Amino acid sequence: MALRMWASSTANALKLSTSASRSALASPAFSLARSFSTVLEGFKYASSHEWVKHDGPDHLGEVVFVELPEEGKSVSQGNSFGAVESVKATSDINSPISGEVVEVNTKLSESPGLINSSPYEDGWMIKVKPSNPSELESLMGAKEYTKFCEEEDASH
Amino acid sequence: MAVSQTRNLGLPLINLLRLKGVPILQQLHLEERLLRTSSDNWCIINDGTIDPTIVMGVSGKPQELLEIESILRDDIPVIRRFTGGGTVIVDQGTIFVTFICNKDTVPGLQSYPQPIMSWSSLLYKKVFQGIGDFRLRENDYVLGDRKFGGNAQSITKNRWVHHTSFLWDYEISNMGYLKLPKRAPEYRQARDHLEFICRMKDYISRSSFIDSTIEAVGSEFLLRSAELEDAHCTLGSKFEPSSRLLRKQELGEAIFKSLTASQS
Repeated sequence: MALRMWASSTANALKLSTSASRSALASPAFSLARSFSTVLEGFKYASSHEWVKHDGPDHLGEVVFVELPEEGKSVSQGNSFGAVESVKATSDINSPISGEVVEVNTKLSESPGLINSSPYEDGWMIKVKPSNPSELESLMGAKEYTKFCEEEDASH
Repeated sequence: MAVSQTRNLGLPLINLLRLKGVPILQQLHLEERLLRTSSDNWCIINDGTIDPTIVMGVSGKPQELLEIESILRDDIPVIRRFTGGGTVIVDQGTIFVTFICNKDTVPGLQSYPQPIMSWSSLLYKKVFQGIGDFRLRENDYVLGDRKFGGNAQSITKNRWVHHTSFLWDYEISNMGYLKLPKRAPEYRQARDHLEFICRMKDYISRSSFIDSTIEAVGSEFLLRSAELEDAHCTLGSKFEPSSRLLRKQELGEAIFKSLTASQS
């Protein structure tokens, strides 16, 4: 899919969290200036496919509507915080980490397609202040995630 | 007996819930609850709904999709449902078929919109074998080049729902409440509603369609008959479904939006 949803928000979350509490984060500093692979180094990925675009069929298609939470709302790891609509289907968006929503990308209400066209930059969805930075340890790094996607597609 | 038991070994279990004339809002609430709080597979067939009702998808904008003044004048209820997709007007001539499944239920099926859509079309292909030129065209069920069934889905982390409203019959006058949508499949080619849709009753009787559908479901699942009370028993009481009736005030505000949009 549309697994391209989270990388930008992760980047931003890390930025925020880094400024708030540097020592808590074990993730390496990311670099958007590096070569643009579809699975970016330095980002972390969830098994429910939030974070990055899978280099294969676009499973969801064009996003036509995004439903996002309000600022201040809590999100928890693995649970839904919103939804995207693509043609006929709504699909839950699951949070890779727990925390508080500190900012919501209001551009997405007028331009939901940014999630498809600019997943690492303008298509970010929410910024989260992590409540439990150790959750980042349970997420996958780029290579691990790429392998996970290949295995998942091969099994269907 | 032994033969049928052997045939059914390994097939996933599905609860078959047959309803008749249940109001569409009640059906949508039931579906959303079962999607979110049940861990069973369900096939729900609702044979007609009582009152003509307009049902929009989750992001539907009334001012773009509906002839609101006529709707308010004639007191037609408008619902926003929890699944994606377009706008339909449903009534006693509509037959609803819904599948709610765990993501690993159907072997080899990825829980994304297109695979689920394709899987469902293979099931209905069995129903229409020898009856009509049935196919899945973009995301619609068609006979020839005319739509007779509209689909919508909602996909969660571990489950999905795929539901269809089948036009067994419809009132021509009701189609007048719907505008030509901005977002339409290519094969529609700007045809208005009456040139674009067809009635299933011209091909198959109501009871034959339902019986054949159940038979097709039974070829892929082990059917267990369920009653409405069974469905309610399994439901978590805290869950609040999101499908809802739009208030007249909201529809009035939508008229205002469309007027100001056309002036600006």
